[in-house]
This record gives sequence, C-alpha cells and structure tokens, in this order.
Amino acid sequence: MSGWIAPGPLKKRGILGMNRRNIAYINRYNDRQFYPLVDNKLTTKLIAKEAGLAVPELISVVRTQHEVATIEDTLQGLNKFVVKPAQGSGGKGILVITDQQQEHYQKASGELISIAEVKRHLTNTLSGLHSLGGRTDVAFLETLVRVDPFLEQYSHEGVPDIRLIIFQGVPVMGMLRVATKASDGKANLHQGAIGVGLDIATGKAIRAVQHNDFVTHHPDTGADLATISIPGWHQLLHLAAKCYEVTELGYLGCDIVIDRTRGPLILELNARPGLSIQIANNTGLLPRLQQVESTRLKKMAIVDRVAYAVEHFHHVYH
Amino acid sequence: MNQTGPFLFLVLLLVILGIAAAEFRHQTYNIPWLPGAETQIWQVEARIEFTATGGASQVFLTLPPAQRGFAVVGEAAASSGWGFAIENTLEQRQAHWTQRQVSGRQVLFYKLDIAVSDADTWMLAPPQAFAAIAWDEPYQTAVSHLLDTILPITADAHTLTTQLIHAINRTPPDQNVSLLTSRYGRTDLLRRVLQTANVPARSVQVLELQDGRRRQGLSAYLQTWDGSDWRLYDPLLGEVGEHSNLLLWQTDTPGVLEVLGGANSRVSFSIISQTRSALLLAQEQVGDLALSLYNLPIAEQGMFKLIMLLPVGVLVVVLLSVLIGIRTSGTFMPVLIALAFLQTELLPGLASFIIVVAIGLSIRSYLSALNLLLVARIGTLVVLVIAIISLFSIISYRLGLIQGLTITFFPMIILAWTIERLSITWEEEGPKEVFIQGGGSLFVAVLAFLLMDLNVVKHLVFNFPELHLVVLGVILLAGRYTGYRLLELKRFGAFHA
Repeated sequence: MSGWIAPGPLKKRGILGMNRRNIAYINRYNDRQFYPLVDNKLTTKLIAKEAGLAVPELISVVRTQHEVATIEDTLQGLNKFVVKPAQGSGGKGILVITDQQQEHYQKASGELISIAEVKRHLTNTLSGLHSLGGRTDVAFLETLVRVDPFLEQYSHEGVPDIRLIIFQGVPVMGMLRVATKASDGKANLHQGAIGVGLDIATGKAIRAVQHNDFVTHHPDTGADLATISIPGWHQLLHLAAKCYEVTELGYLGCDIVIDRTRGPLILELNARPGLSIQIANNTGLLPRLQQVESTRLKKMAIVDRVAYAVEHFHHVYH
Repeated sequence: MNQTGPFLFLVLLLVILGIAAAEFRHQTYNIPWLPGAETQIWQVEARIEFTATGGASQVFLTLPPAQRGFAVVGEAAASSGWGFAIENTLEQRQAHWTQRQVSGRQVLFYKLDIAVSDADTWMLAPPQAFAAIAWDEPYQTAVSHLLDTILPITADAHTLTTQLIHAINRTPPDQNVSLLTSRYGRTDLLRRVLQTANVPARSVQVLELQDGRRRQGLSAYLQTWDGSDWRLYDPLLGEVGEHSNLLLWQTDTPGVLEVLGGANSRVSFSIISQTRSALLLAQEQVGDLALSLYNLPIAEQGMFKLIMLLPVGVLVVVLLSVLIGIRTSGTFMPVLIALAFLQTELLPGLASFIIVVAIGLSIRSYLSALNLLLVARIGTLVVLVIAIISLFSIISYRLGLIQGLTITFFPMIILAWTIERLSITWEEEGPKEVFIQGGGSLFVAVLAFLLMDLNVVKHLVFNFPELHLVVLGVILLAGRYTGYRLLELKRFGAFHA
C-alpha cells in the first residue's frame, strides 16, 4: 500500500528521521548521566513515586538468591501481581499472574504454574537471562494493572498503553498501542501491534496503523479504532509532563497505562523513543519540536506546558 | 563543538591535510598513485680497462650530470682491491679509484641505474667566457665565407647552429666546408665556427641508450647556449628533441676518463633496458625515511596491509548505516567478516559463513533451553564454532575442496557473538528480523569486501596511509548528517498522500 516517498515531500511534512533525532534531539537534550534512571525500571518507579507520580504499586524487590528462597512469605495472600526484570527490554521476562489456586499460579494466558516455576523465573531474572547484554539483574513485583473497561475491548491480550513524546516538558505527540495476535500480546509496533495516533488536545483517535498500513478495526477483537477517545486525557497529559522534572531528559518517551480505579499510571520511560508515532499521527514531529525549541519554556509550570501543548498541537486533519 | 563552522573547518583540514601529504609523498618519492605503474630503467655499466704501469694508480671517471628526463636511482662500483670514492669537487661528479701498488691488466666497473622520469633536474651551469678562436689560413678565409653566407639567413644562436649543421652536412659539400672538414672533426669544427660567431658552444660526450648494446663508446655532440639554456645538437642531424634516449655524460671537464699510473686505457659501456615496478623503485628510495611503513619488517608490513584496509570497511559500514539505514547484527561485525573474505575469496567465504552460522543457530536454540548464563553461553558457542570449523575443514579436505580449509580465517569469537546475537533476535523479534539483520550484515560485508579487494584501494591505503585522514573526515561528516536515511523514505511512505 505504501510505496516510497521522496526526501523533499517528507521534509515538507516535517517528518523527523533517525539521524536527525539522534543528533539534534537525543544527543542534544538527553544528558547521558540520566539514562540509568530510565534504563532501569525499578529506579524509574522509585524516583517517579518519590516525586508523587502515580505508578503501579511496588510490592517487593528480589535482589538476591536468598530472597528467592523465601518468596512464599511475600506472596502470601497475593492473587494478582506482575514480576518484572529491572533491566528487561522489549517486554522480556515479564510474568503476569492473574490468580492463585491451591499452590498454583495462573498466568495471563490461563496456564497454571507451580511456585517452583515462579522461583526459577526469579532466579533466571537475577542471573541476567532477560536483561540487555546479560547483566545480572534485579526482579521486582508490582500490582497488576486492571485495564480500564473502555480500553479493554480494544486489546487482544495484554494492557494497551499510551506512548507520549515529552519534549522539554511539553507533550508533543501521543499514540495508543494495542497488542494483536500478530504481535504476540506485545505492544511494540514493529512486532505488529497497532498504533492509534491520538490528538494531543483531546485524546481522540486520529488514525490507526499496523505494519505501516492503515486499519480501521482491530483485526482480532473487531473493535472500531476510529472512535477511541482516551478518558481522563488531561490528567494523563499532566502526569506525562511531570516526567520531565523527574528525569531531566529533554526528549523523552513516556508509557502510561490507565488503571480501572487509579487512573493513569506511569509504566516505563524511554530515552530513545521511536519514530513510528509520526505514522500513526499522520503528522511529522519536527515542526512541533521546533516550535517548542523557539519558545522560552524554562520557567513554565506544568499546567502551562500542558495548556501550551493543547493550544498548539491539536491535530489538523489533512 | 556544536557549531557547524569549526566542525566543517576541521573536516576540511583533515581532507586537505590527507591529500596534500599524499601528493607530497607522490612528488618527493615518486610513489605511484596507481598500482602496477612501471618505470623504465636503464642500467648502464661503464667498463674501464687499462694496463697499470706499476706503483700507485688513480682512475677518474666523469659521471653524468643531473639532467632533464632522467633520474639516478642507484649507482655502484665493482672493483676489488681498489679504493673507491665519488667526488663532487669539480663541476661534474667523478668516480675516483685508487690503489697504491698495482700492475698489469686492470678492469674496473661502474654501474648506474637511471629511471626515465619527468623530473626536471637540469642543472648545467651557464657558459663561461671563452677565448677568441684562432684560425690558420686558408681556414680563416673559408670560415669567413661560410659565415658570410649563413649569418644573413639566421636570427639567433639556435637558427645559426641549425643552418651551420645543415651546411656542413650538405651533399655535395661546399668547397669551403670540404676544406674545413678535412682539417677538423665535425663537432669540433661546429664549436669553433660558432664561437667565432660569438655563440657559446661546446662539444659534449653523449651516451646513446639502446637496449642490449655492449662495448659502446660515447658520441661527440654539440651544445650551444641560447641565452637561457643549453641546447643539444646532433652534428649530423640538428637539434635533439626532448624525449630522446641520449644520456649526457660529460660536458666541461677535460675528459671522460683520466688514468694516472696506467696506459692503454679505454672506457666502454653496456646498456640494458628494464621495466621495474614504480612502487618498488619508490620503496627503495624512501628506504631511509623514518616515518614509513616500508621500514617495518616484511611480516609486519603484510599485517599492516590488512590493518590499513579496516578504515575503508568501517567507512562502508558508517555510510550504509547513516545514509541507507541498513540494520546489521553487531555494528562493525561486517568489517571483520569482509576482512575474512579477503583471505577466503568471496564465494567460498560466503558459503562457509552461512553454513557455520546456520549450524551454530540450530545448536544455540538447544542451548537456550539449558538456561545458561551469558558468559558460559558464549563460551560454549566459541568451543562449538571451533568444532564446526574443524569438522568443516576435515570434511572438505577429504572431499578435495581446498577452499574449505580457508574457513579458519574467520574470527571465531566474532562468529560466536554473531550466532548469539542472531539467536536472541530470533527469540525476541522472530525469524524475519534475523534474515533482515543477517542479510544486512552480509550485504554490508560483501560491499566492504568488494571495495577492500580493489587493487587501487589496497595500494592507496598502504602506500598513502595519510589518505586515512580523508576517510576520517568523511566519517566525521557522516556523523553529523541529519538527513533522511534511504530506507526511511520507504518506512514513511505512508505520508505519500
């Protein structure tokens, strides 16, 4: 469906390319010393919580093999939880437990596993099986996010999340990422997840793409993707904008999930957010980034930054 | 260093510095730009024979002056028992042999290698004042008549000389000329007549360079000063053109050969023409320069020939990644694979690489079931890769496929890492991504190989290492390229409308 496009028109549309993103935005605005804050999910969670940002509740941290042996005490009475490696990448090593039935734990897929298998998963995580480059890692347990009923209908499996690009504290672009059967429950666009561009002013769907092609309905659930409107959008924008103060990263990807009772929660932060968001939004990032660059935002409060985004970056339909 | 100005200046500086340094070495040491360039070499051997009269003996041989069209690349004297020195005291260089007690027949050799070159090293001194020529009668009258007929139809020293040579060689000869030639040798006569007409002239000794000549003597030619330069004339034919095979041997000194304490002396010349690699010739010349790769032992030079190719491969990787956006498995892994291809040849290398990685991947999928730690997993893979390579070599040798043996040139650790990375990619992102990255890596490796395998490239990177500054400049420039990658034009094709 989509062919090639000449660099001229692409530039005219303000599309940000990989080279320019790396040189003009990531290298310039993201100080390397702050990378560990976002590359380690546990650190991200701790500093976000300290700053008063909503995150999925931390249950426990498993740092040593000794703590793995006594994990039963921690799990006493816990029916739903998620085990994550602090330095995992691409959703690797995430164990989602949805129920506990007589010594057995039920995974999100419905499969039952024993406590021994949970322990082995923790041991593997500590030894670096799931982390980038195989470094020894830390595992942590957090509460299971219960997806907002409105969004639940869209996802084939897994939790749909909202990716926002925060540039110097201003939310400049957003999209909803929905897992599909093809993406194996993962919300990564290049693995076949659906990206739904969201109007930064309203949180309403712009258009949906899968594998760079337009889609109107979810291929597995059949839900209409064009009518999506994210509930509590402004609250969500505020939450994302605050991440700038917490991480000091000028060009930041902010992944947010919406919990049924708690509302938007910060799931993960990313210092090198991808560029596919532009396709889902049918808009280039460059004009928005340049507009923010040309505005003095240093002393602006979070509320004003969000208002600035709503005013300037509402979607213009072509 | 964020400003574009200083950055571009730095890049420009590197590029100019690299090219200028290379050009300097090209000019100074005649290192050829292209491989396979050949230079014609004349090997001239002067053979001096004489009978020593007993007692001390000294031999002087005048050596050719620096001149247009030729460059001396080597000289040697072979004469056992004789003291030898090259002397620079006179206007022309002289070879000087000495021995205190010598008698009987003596043979001395002087060997000269000269290269045909464009270098203009003409360094002949301008003429000195000469005494008026005295003629006896009836020659005085004949010369006057001769000049009276020729002078009006000439304009300068050159035309006078040409006309004079013409007149002297005319058949049937003029009466005056016949009279004069009966008394004087041609060259000598020309010199005397010209000097009488106040044109500085001299007779010179010239060696005609012809391949395979033996026992050849020098010929007397004429040189006249045209006011700015000495011009050479063949006393029979007129002016000698610029690209001739004439080597000017002796100009001003009293004679070519001077023997003290000897008799019956004579010098004769043997000449061979050779073509020699211009590069080898240059390497001999650069020999004593401290900062040159040529000074390393041969084994290390061979190594550096490979090392110096690495930046070229790196450049290919940088350009393909920044300009095209090709994804590879391990950033510079393709360069090392390309380096291995240089040893194995392309197709055998490609085939064995794919086979080893494919076998490795299938074994690795079993390893991931074992839940090993990373270091142990890679370690296991290294051992397995060595096993695969050994087996591969033995089998292909048994089958008579010698190419199979070259597989040992592949860097094993790199192969192990490649297998590990591709395997993780397979698990996390599926087989499609493995083919994209594996194919991308091979594509880059093949491209890097094709470039690194070019003789011109091999020649330039080793003989002009300073050109790496240019490569560096281009890499720096690519590092600041903010334009789209080629594959992004496809990725963002959805914006077409």
